[in-house]
Amino acid sequence: MSVADQKPQPKRPSSFWSYANPVKFLAFSERILPTLWILAAVCLAVGLIWGFFFTPDDFRQGSTVKIIYLHVPAALMAINAWFMMLVTSLVWIIRRHHVSALAAKAAAPVGVVMTLIALVTGAIWGQPMWGTWWAWDPRLTSFLILFLFYLGYIALWEAIEDPDTAADLTSVLCLVGSVFAVLSRYAVNFWNQGLHQGASLSLDKEENVADVFYFPLLVAIAGFVLLFVALVLYRTGTEIRIRRARALLAREKRS
Amino acid sequence: MKALLRRDLALALRAGGGFGLGLAFFLIVTVLVPFGVGPQSELLSRIAPGILWLGALLACLLSLDRMLALDWEDGTLDLLATSPLPLEAALSIKALAHWITTGLPLVLAAPVLGVLLNLPAPGFLWLVVSLALGTPALSVIGAFGAALTVGVKRGGLLMSLLVLPLYVPTLIFGAEVARRGAVGMDVQTPALMLAGITLGVIAVMPFASAAALRVNLR
Repeated sequence: MSVADQKPQPKRPSSFWSYANPVKFLAFSERILPTLWILAAVCLAVGLIWGFFFTPDDFRQGSTVKIIYLHVPAALMAINAWFMMLVTSLVWIIRRHHVSALAAKAAAPVGVVMTLIALVTGAIWGQPMWGTWWAWDPRLTSFLILFLFYLGYIALWEAIEDPDTAADLTSVLCLVGSVFAVLSRYAVNFWNQGLHQGASLSLDKEENVADVFYFPLLVAIAGFVLLFVALVLYRTGTEIRIRRARALLAREKRS
Repeated sequence: MKALLRRDLALALRAGGGFGLGLAFFLIVTVLVPFGVGPQSELLSRIAPGILWLGALLACLLSLDRMLALDWEDGTLDLLATSPLPLEAALSIKALAHWITTGLPLVLAAPVLGVLLNLPAPGFLWLVVSLALGTPALSVIGAFGAALTVGVKRGGLLMSLLVLPLYVPTLIFGAEVARRGAVGMDVQTPALMLAGITLGVIAVMPFASAAALRVNLR
């Protein structure tokens, strides 16, 4: 090491990449996690209770409409979780930050649960509305395919023992899988016309769901996002600690 | 490159088991379907294109782990990695050899099995065309799956889990071409999409496969 490296570093404006350092990451995530948990719990409680008890029944769908407060946020997070894994996988491949790969690993089970929630609530919704639990509709089918991609991704992490190899291979799989997930989405669209209604929320559309349903839905979505972030930070912290424990054990064995 | 192709072909032909196995599997799947759904000929002729595509896909999947596993065990892959030939090219050649020994026989056998399933007469041409267009994509995507799981002990099941979702677009468009051909509809759109997927996959996938294989050989 040269002398220049050992000088105390001048105080830089902290960059996003400084959180690639596990120690800094852990310190930061531990500082904000309690706030995140509380915010997520409050948002979820407010959104869900507001949605379930203080919105009117829809004039056609009755009270089944209220499953929207679970279904839409879960579906949103299922896709965004994969997107987050794509970004963190890219960061791992390009910049080799271990925290990034571990964050991708930590996000996958959360994403798979979100996908399952979306599929199950969708089935419960679909039974009274469409008269069937399942239909081979493009949206439903592509969600099922997304679910399979999650399963493959998690299985690959589990199957490979060396953590760095596993991180590399799952990252490549995540990149390829993203391309094929998009391809499948369009292929499935071509293959069958849908039963599912269009997007319930979008910024550039004239007609969204009515305001009485809209605001509690936004709160519920905020709750799901916060919950996801909290879970991923927490799980990433756990993964980092597992790795440290392994390193300690290995060192003990050697000495 | 030619030498590698010749070597892979010779190995596949002489080692036994690999070459005919896919075909036999395809035959058995096709024979089992009428037992499962009943012998009504109009029902069979309606589902024939889909069944034949599915059978070809599964037969292709079955032989994927042979593509790299043997070379991994005896160290040929390490030699290939250090040879002047880029790993991307080597994997493309291996996928090509896999297609010649598995995909091509399936394409040629499909019309015969179509007779068994009472495929309508106009469907034969399009079935063969769609399989010929689609099976190269199956081999190339399969090479990626094989490269990912080559270091895993007993990775066959894991590879199926990884590869099958990737087969979805190819299967959808391929079966759509065959189905539309069988009922005499216009096949241009799905056929072009299928060809596009195959070409795109051939162009891009070897890079992903080589990246995965390099990690495994590290």
